[in-house]
Amino acid sequence: MSVTTTKVPQQFKLPANLASSAGLPTTAVIAVRHLNFFYGRTQALHDISLEIPGRVVIALIGPSGCGKSTFLRTLNRMNDVIPGTRVEGEVFIDGEDIYAPGTDVVDLRRRVGMVFQKSNPFPKSIFDNVAYGLRINRVTNSKAELAERVEQALEDAALWDEVKDRLHQSALGLSGGQQQRLCIARALAIRPEVILMDEPASALDPIATAKIEELIVDLKQKYTIVIVTHNMQQAARVSDTTAFFLLGKLIEVNPTEKIFTAPDQKLTEDYITGRFG
Amino acid sequence: MTALTASCTVFAVGVLLIIFAYIAWQGIGSVSLRFLLDSPRPVGEGGGIGNAILGTVVLLVLSSAAGMPLGIAVGVYLSEFGGGRFASLVRFVVDTLTGIPSIVTGVFVYAVVVLPLKHFSAFAGGIALGLIMIPIVARTTEEMIRLVPQNLREGALALGAPQWRVTLGVVIPAAASGIATGAMLAVARVSGETAPLLFTAFGSRFFSHYLDQPIASLTVQIYNYAISPYDEWHRRAWAATLVLMTLILGINITVRFFTRKKF
Amino acid sequence: MDHHRHLDDELNELRDRVLLLGGEAERALESAMNALAQRDDAMAREVLDHDDEIDRLEVEIDRQCVDIIALRQPAARDLRFVIAAVKMAPLLERIADHACNIARATLDLNTEPEIKLSGSLQRMADHASSMLRAALDAFTARDAMAAREVIKRDKEINALYNQLFHDLIALMVSEPATATSDARLLFVAKHMERIGDYVTDICELTVYMAEAAIIKHIH
Repeated sequence: MSVTTTKVPQQFKLPANLASSAGLPTTAVIAVRHLNFFYGRTQALHDISLEIPGRVVIALIGPSGCGKSTFLRTLNRMNDVIPGTRVEGEVFIDGEDIYAPGTDVVDLRRRVGMVFQKSNPFPKSIFDNVAYGLRINRVTNSKAELAERVEQALEDAALWDEVKDRLHQSALGLSGGQQQRLCIARALAIRPEVILMDEPASALDPIATAKIEELIVDLKQKYTIVIVTHNMQQAARVSDTTAFFLLGKLIEVNPTEKIFTAPDQKLTEDYITGRFG
Repeated sequence: MTALTASCTVFAVGVLLIIFAYIAWQGIGSVSLRFLLDSPRPVGEGGGIGNAILGTVVLLVLSSAAGMPLGIAVGVYLSEFGGGRFASLVRFVVDTLTGIPSIVTGVFVYAVVVLPLKHFSAFAGGIALGLIMIPIVARTTEEMIRLVPQNLREGALALGAPQWRVTLGVVIPAAASGIATGAMLAVARVSGETAPLLFTAFGSRFFSHYLDQPIASLTVQIYNYAISPYDEWHRRAWAATLVLMTLILGINITVRFFTRKKF
Repeated sequence: MDHHRHLDDELNELRDRVLLLGGEAERALESAMNALAQRDDAMAREVLDHDDEIDRLEVEIDRQCVDIIALRQPAARDLRFVIAAVKMAPLLERIADHACNIARATLDLNTEPEIKLSGSLQRMADHASSMLRAALDAFTARDAMAAREVIKRDKEINALYNQLFHDLIALMVSEPATATSDARLLFVAKHMERIGDYVTDICELTVYMAEAAIIKHIH
């Protein structure tokens, strides 16, 4: 499979003739259709429709409370753990609606990994952290292969050199930036297709942040990455496409250069020029 | 402010040290290897509390076996799935049970276990102590598990772990030292119980060989020695108290050692 | 919320500076043309003296633009405005330079007998002045349509220039005695034509700023 960076198409509207169960364009890894999301009686997301092709980085921006994190979490059904939530609409990953009854949520989460705002390594060794996903998914029986996968994941996360001599020491002894990269390695180890990142660098210092951003741009070659960020310059630096959310609605989706030089919507422009939020 | 809290600490610790020192002073004279290994003899003939020590240990093991798994399970249930009305009810019941006087538990077990079996037993004593242990362990387990950050659970879920695996493999190990502390507190609490044992294990002057027979315990033995009219037996009561306190201290230290934070 | 207030203040200050520079360039052009028409040495020298001030303004604008970009990371319309400003300042400065060249030519021409022309030069001058004014108005109002209209008028200046070129060459051939003055006048016309081109560039920047469309080289 050739590794090319998919240039994001200009047009982000779904074709009007796409019926609910009709085929999707094969380049779209994630397709969201008329998604509405409720916390109990409060509606948090309003009629969101969006397509995300493979091997791009798409940034979700917007002021606090605009629903971008909620939207992110609908993509791997992490909102299921919150009681009282309800979803209407469809979210297709690789052509399958993940909210269809009978969906294997555990399997979904293997294919759609997540990295959180505050790094959350398990209180285990570095090796065991990365191996956790591999072990519970019984990816391999061979110890050698396990070690190989762990090493590969740590290399992909640009952490191998820093930890190769202390794999069996506690993960909690790493610095904040290293812990976050460890969490990324842990997510990469099970080879998901999509990686969701919820403000991955917001708790880190500028140098650690820069390392994570470099990593994201590198990872784009193999994975589709959806990143929520409140830092617009970060969105500008790392993403190919940017989606602007406001009050639970998707206001605009466009290539990042366009959003930051000449956005279509006035609301978008007001936000990124700092006129509000 | 520091001076105030420091002096309070000194006071509290000091009181404990004084108690221990007094007991040690009173009891140390009568402690000997004999004392620790022999079973009681009629007054004047020596003897010891060996069977009582063994009995207490046996009872603690039995009660832990009965009470801890159940207590931890209830604690896990309450914390991980504790949202609904049933869970609130369980929590209420557990809280109430914590407040039941231990003698009441003893009488209950007497009626339910001892009477049908027609004799006292170590078994019944273990059940009684276990029943006292359950609510304590449940509540501390629940608290400790609640302290595990939600972040950690989500991290495991996001890797494709089913809920039971997250609870067993990530949450409980993360709360392990806290749970152990809670369990140990429960053990320390029940090791000092006397009243329930009077109705269930009853006590014995011999080394017990079967669990369905009465069994001696340090607390009951101390009670018997203390209310006797003999000075020699009073001294033995002090010594037995010293042994009991040392035992509890030993349990404390051991558990802390094995659950110290490695990660 | 302080963030954007300061940014707005700085952007307004930048805009005011650009307009000031524009006004200076307009004035220089008008003075130079009046000096030429009225053969007024004093007015011509005034234009030359004032040029340093104009250069200083241009440098100030440059510096402010870099500061805003470095410190404020402007985005979208703010970014396009700053980029337009940083490109417009040298254009205005060059227009003023051409006005100086016209002033110098005036001083030289005044040492020789007057040449009577058909008035095409005056028309060119009026045209260039009014184009510059219209361009600056369009910039202030961020009016892309008005800017496009001004761009169309450049054709007229070019036509006038071609006409003058032929007239002056003919004059040089028919009256060789006045050849030097004719040549100088031809250069003046050339400066005017260049000013027209710069005004066109200014209008292209206005269109870019307002619509994010880059229209250089395509009309």
